[in-house]
Amino acid sequence: MSQSFTPIGQEMPGLDQWDVRHMSQSFTLDGAEVPFTPGQSILEAARNAGIYIPHLCWHPDFPAHGSCKLCVVKVNGRHVSSCATPAAAGIEVKSNSPEIREERKVLLQMLFVEGNHFCPSCEKSGGCELQAQAYDHEIMTPHYTLFYPDRPVDASHPDLLLDFNRCIFCELCVRASRDVDGKSVFALSERGIHKHLVVSSESGRLADTDIDPSDKAANICPVGVILHKRQGFTVPYGQRAYDETPISEQGLPNKETV
Amino acid sequence: MPDSQTPNSQQSALREPTAEQRRHWRLVVEGVIAKHGARPEQLLQILIEIQEELSWLPLKVVTDVAERLSISRARVEGVVGFYSFLHTRPNGRFRVLFSNNIIDRMLGSQTMMDEMCRKLWLQPGKMSEDGLVSIGPTSCTGMGDQGPALLVNGMTITKLTHQRVNLISELIRKDTPLAQWPQDLFAVDDNIQRKDILLNSALKPGDALRAALANGPDALMEEMKKSKLRGRGGAGFTTAQKWDFCRQAPVDEALGRVVVCNADEGEPGTFKDRVLLTRYADLVFEGMTLAAYAIGAKKGFLYLRGEYRYLLAPLQEVLSARRAQGLLGASILSQTGFDFDIEIHMGAGAYVCGEETALLESLEGKRGTPRIRPPFPVTHGYLGRPTSVNNVETLASACLIATQGGDAFAKIGTAQSSGTKLLSISGDCAQPGIYEFPFGATIAEVLEACGATDVQAVQMGGASGVTLAPSEFSRKMAFEDVPTAGAFMIFDSGRDMFEVASNFVHFFAHESCGFCTPCRVGTSLLTGYLDKLSNGYGSKPDLAEIDTLNRVLKSTSHCGLGQAAANPILDGLKKFRPAYEKRMLHQDFEPAFNLDAALERARQITGRDDAGAHILEEQA
Ligand SMILES: Cc1cc2nc3c(=O)[nH]c(=O)nc-3n(C[C@H](O)[C@H](O)[C@H](O)COP(=O)(O)O)c2cc1C
Ligand code: SF4
Ligand code: SF4
Ligand code: FES
Repeated sequence: MSQSFTPIGQEMPGLDQWDVRHMSQSFTLDGAEVPFTPGQSILEAARNAGIYIPHLCWHPDFPAHGSCKLCVVKVNGRHVSSCATPAAAGIEVKSNSPEIREERKVLLQMLFVEGNHFCPSCEKSGGCELQAQAYDHEIMTPHYTLFYPDRPVDASHPDLLLDFNRCIFCELCVRASRDVDGKSVFALSERGIHKHLVVSSESGRLADTDIDPSDKAANICPVGVILHKRQGFTVPYGQRAYDETPISEQGLPNKETV
Repeated sequence: MPDSQTPNSQQSALREPTAEQRRHWRLVVEGVIAKHGARPEQLLQILIEIQEELSWLPLKVVTDVAERLSISRARVEGVVGFYSFLHTRPNGRFRVLFSNNIIDRMLGSQTMMDEMCRKLWLQPGKMSEDGLVSIGPTSCTGMGDQGPALLVNGMTITKLTHQRVNLISELIRKDTPLAQWPQDLFAVDDNIQRKDILLNSALKPGDALRAALANGPDALMEEMKKSKLRGRGGAGFTTAQKWDFCRQAPVDEALGRVVVCNADEGEPGTFKDRVLLTRYADLVFEGMTLAAYAIGAKKGFLYLRGEYRYLLAPLQEVLSARRAQGLLGASILSQTGFDFDIEIHMGAGAYVCGEETALLESLEGKRGTPRIRPPFPVTHGYLGRPTSVNNVETLASACLIATQGGDAFAKIGTAQSSGTKLLSISGDCAQPGIYEFPFGATIAEVLEACGATDVQAVQMGGASGVTLAPSEFSRKMAFEDVPTAGAFMIFDSGRDMFEVASNFVHFFAHESCGFCTPCRVGTSLLTGYLDKLSNGYGSKPDLAEIDTLNRVLKSTSHCGLGQAAANPILDGLKKFRPAYEKRMLHQDFEPAFNLDAALERARQITGRDDAGAHILEEQA
């Protein structure tokens, strides 16, 4: 058994390790000095310092979620999720190493094969964060056997379309609906590889929920699940956000394009 | 005893219920919610109890529950979907689940399940057309010492034989209510084979508490520290330290701190907590009360796995007796201000809920998804209150420390692992059952004690533990050598270690909560590769793929489930490689499917099986 890390949750450091401490406040990330304010995560601190750590389920408007694991880094030789790990003075963080890049690549490939992602026919293509991450990680093929799950589309709503085939379970819609819109239109059901998104109606149709196209939940999906009808291809392929500039150059505070 | 003889189960999921059914459903929902209060944190308990009445949870019932608790319907649906034992589809009036752990399988559970399916005319995983019965597999039910075992409507039946399967099939065919089945069918043995300080304990209810109260909470904490007791649930965290963090965490005094006893015991091959809860329940509850005294908790929960539903009534009786004796409730043992009571919460078929933060989510009536840490449960646990989560055996051991002192306890065992450990021994040996050994006992000593010969491998600590080969049998059971949560599964030289690993990996895939990418997808990918090997399409490159997946699972998974999911294969490849190599029939890449086999469904649909309906190897 490899002992190069202590499994997250199998250990409990002294509480002071994540207590707010007012000392010299910086750590190193791939050799660069990164300042932070107490309570910030590694990912946030890096981001403020202009260093991008790839992420999908993390969003500046919400607390860390910790599910996609794309933000994985090594802290003092041990793997952690940088979005959910408080920055601490003096730690050594590795992010852009061959090992971590390879792991991120596998995670992205996993997200591709578990859903049905036909990018060339997807309205989100070019504006999709999953696809953008794949560009950045030079993914040419899904590598693993495709799962081809059966996930029917929900076109019941007059203004919104749900194409569940592309869901990456970041739960941003779930969180936005619950915490911002105060509606809880979305939730996840079942577990493991059968986990899937459900909407809050007995019929299971979006049309029978109280979602509104202006809700935060209707405008937050990083991939092509929650789409607005009659707005397809207003920007042609090739001219969309990530067609032009890599996500790693856009995902920093002063450059947010969303 | 949960039993459902209502006609509702014949109702299809989509068909509109009759007015009378609707009335009945509403009545049941109202009754259960009246008992619990319209509190969202009771959601899981409410759903479990409604289903015990209705045998499934119709769409309209899900809607009703959501409305009554004023929570989103999607949230309720999400919770129902998460737990294996809850259903939104009609289920048989008799729901039979065969324990699918490798030990039960070695004892013939698969054949017995097939046999019962044949007798009752249905397919595994399906419901019979008359709504009478459904039969399927389930994860380890904690009866490895007396398998094969099954659950019928949540009640445990062990020691299955051909005759028992016949009898059960007959009772089901005649639609005999469970209450009228011969009661000896439901007998569960304790199988205590070796006792030491814990199982020899002659403490009477209240003894340990009286000892603790005489000297005060600080003195109790002092003894706990001296004892060096470490958690018996797997991680081995020092109990005194956990309690200390908890008692020092800031708290809203009106709400108080919380003690949770983790009785989820889902690790395949583990059943020692079952025996403690059956024979030593007072010791367990008293340990919880000691913890409450030490940390200043008002509220306690015992989280009992759904598979141990049969223990609920006896445990409730023990709790009532303790209340009557002044050992629970307000002013315990007449000590003003020492108020503490215990509530039992049921699980519903989810191994991950044994992970302490998933357990807390489940206690709060949510999907059992592990939380992000920090913050840790000791500061932000149940409903945000400081909470100490401890294993059943850890808490029972605390009673020994309270009465005999920490030094006496620390004298037993090894330097870093004090006291004794209960082992759940199953598999190829003469005397399976519960063995209490001081820490430091070697694997060989344990094998000798249970009468195991010709041993090829020992699986220590369950599916997520380690597979030991004979060259390692001189190693010691201890946190500093071979740590264990208590499972000890024995495989003799006749067993196929590839099958063992494959069973475990399928278990992890089935039990993955699906929260994080690596475990949700990785465990499924791993089962795919193992099935490929098992079907004779294994090739050299597959081993490299398995290796990569192992690494990603270990390093990026959110909780211990995903991090351990690859252990069985890692150990297998290292120590039992021939079992894998004999399945590597091909040097170069080989697809996982066979063209002729892929046509099987088409042949079934068309009813053809002639030469033209097959593709032969040469043609392909
Ligand atoms: C997937 C998983 C399953 C677990 N299952 C159990 C269990 O069934 N019982 C248990 O006591 N601990 C279990 N644990 C360990 C708990 O998270 C926790 O460490 C333990 O309950 C703490 O009690 P202790 O300190 O007394 O050992 C599990 C951990 C993981 C990661
Ligand atoms: S629908 Fe979109 S926002 Fe919601 S969980 Fe799926 S990917 Fe995330
Ligand atoms: S490792 Fe598995 S069980 Fe644990 S959080 Fe991730 S998906 Fe859930
Ligand atoms: S961004 Fe950290 S886990 Fe998703």
